[in-house]
Amino acid sequence: MERTSARMQAGGAKVAAPPRSNNVFRSPAFHRSVKVSVTLVVVCLLWEAGCRWFEVPSYLLPAPSRVFASLFGSSVDFVHHGSVTLYETLLGFVAAVALGALAAAIIVVFPKLADIIMPLLLIAQIVPKVAIAPILLIWLGYGLAPKIFVAFLVAFFPIVINTASGLAAVERELLDLARSLEATRWQIFWKFRVPSALPLLFDGMKISVTLAVIGAVIAEFVGGNEGLGVLIIIANQELDTALAFASLFLMSAGGLVLYALIEASERVLIPWNSAASGQILGDHR
Amino acid sequence: MNAITPMIEARDLRMVYNQGTDPVLALDNVNLDVNEHEFVSLVGPSGCGKTTLLKLVSGLASPSAGHLNVDGKRVSGPQKKIGFVFQVPALMKWRTIQQNVLLPAEILGMRKAEALERAQELIELVGLKGFEKRYPHELSGGMQQRVGIARALIHDPSILLLDEPFSALDIMTRGQLNLELLRIWSERRKTSLLITHSISEAVFLSDRVVVFSARPAKVLEVVQIPLPRPRVPEMRVSREFIDLVDHVGRLIGLEFV
Ligand SMILES: Nc1ncnc2c1ncn2[C@@H]1O[C@H](COP(=O)(O)OP(=O)(O)OP(=O)(O)O)[C@@H](O)[C@H]1O
Ligand SMILES: [Mg+2]
Repeated sequence: MERTSARMQAGGAKVAAPPRSNNVFRSPAFHRSVKVSVTLVVVCLLWEAGCRWFEVPSYLLPAPSRVFASLFGSSVDFVHHGSVTLYETLLGFVAAVALGALAAAIIVVFPKLADIIMPLLLIAQIVPKVAIAPILLIWLGYGLAPKIFVAFLVAFFPIVINTASGLAAVERELLDLARSLEATRWQIFWKFRVPSALPLLFDGMKISVTLAVIGAVIAEFVGGNEGLGVLIIIANQELDTALAFASLFLMSAGGLVLYALIEASERVLIPWNSAASGQILGDHR
Repeated sequence: MNAITPMIEARDLRMVYNQGTDPVLALDNVNLDVNEHEFVSLVGPSGCGKTTLLKLVSGLASPSAGHLNVDGKRVSGPQKKIGFVFQVPALMKWRTIQQNVLLPAEILGMRKAEALERAQELIELVGLKGFEKRYPHELSGGMQQRVGIARALIHDPSILLLDEPFSALDIMTRGQLNLELLRIWSERRKTSLLITHSISEAVFLSDRVVVFSARPAKVLEVVQIPLPRPRVPEMRVSREFIDLVDHVGRLIGLEFV
């Protein structure tokens, strides 16, 4: 609420972002990160205390200190495994965005093709990805390909659906305006549809990127010899729960960073989207 | 383009929508002439076919029967000599005010420098100087509607079609925009067709008020508004004005006591 009033007062100020204080320590973003950090620290401390107090065996629930030790003290090459999973996730995600946006464009621009494409997409979405991962392994081998493909598969659908609704969501009056000016199909697509789809595309990307991490890890579970998913399988076999938690931590942190990057680029690329209510990490506008 | 041919000429215009199971007759034998530089308002019950008539004039839809000439030529498709102001601002939220006003110029491939100059002029004309670089969400509803009016004028159309442009606004903003519209009209003298549900707005702005029946729309009466120009707000309380409003109101079945 205060933000709104702050903006109203700033009558002549800049366009995109609401004005904020130059002092970093007073900014709402800073306050929020302090709150989040404090919460995390408190949770970790309670967790640590609980583990010690009740003498919980490490294979059941490792204390944060043990996870930490595993992360930095073990011989496991987390950098390597982490970057493998990140690589699969990113490639799958980028492919999903590119092909998903393309599919959405085809669906909206050629409604006749939509009748053919949509059922196929729906089937691809409904088939449980965990179940086809083993088959993909047979088809694509034990390398990175099946992981990238599963990451792509799970990330694809939200992009298509969101982008297609965005492309189709141009106001009727704006389309009337386009028609009355005899705008070409090309103009209607680039000037009217694409910009109107961007906010929804970004929403789709936020959902997709977290799904892509899941997809990559699931595929690693099924078969492979590198990646954070593989570490979890190994940790399970050896009852090294601390290692499993360390891997889990890295996956989550990676997913969070990717998510934050998308939100940040959203703020930079579509500053006009005042109704960017989907911003969780960034400024609540 | 001689003085005798009307700018808009509708003869026995009929419009049937053939969607769904039973066809909807929206316009039935509508006859209407609008002269160049004239300001004409259309009033009538909701759903009677007013918007349909504007769509036909703009060429966005084609009549089922009858003749419709604009500027002496039969309407056969969308017409660029028309500027349309919608009931909603219908602005692109990703474009600044200036870019929104420039949109038709871009689509029509007008020369850039020239278009920019015109846009600036129009933005000033509608009283939005200083807001060129703002985004629509930073403007009030009334300001957004004014952007819509500036956008409708950028390609210098000879006809301005306004479909309930002020219906979403509060009464004070509306009165203010009525005056703005009068000013813009007296400066540019575009042939204007305004749909409105406000009888007093229609009487205040127009040379003539066309009163439609319930669907299918037929012209019940064309009421001449002999009030002198320039019109000023004080006229709204004159005897003559009140009688005209009362007369139009009675035609569409409203009783004023
Ligand atoms: N595209 C369409 N397809 C089918 N029927 C339509 C279409 N557009 C309008 N109609 C019908 O035609 C009739 C007249 O509609 P129109 O929009 O012209 O009314 P209107 O006088 O503008 O009403 P309002 O004052 O409420 O805006 C209505 O009964 C409506 O249901
Ligand atoms: Mg209407």
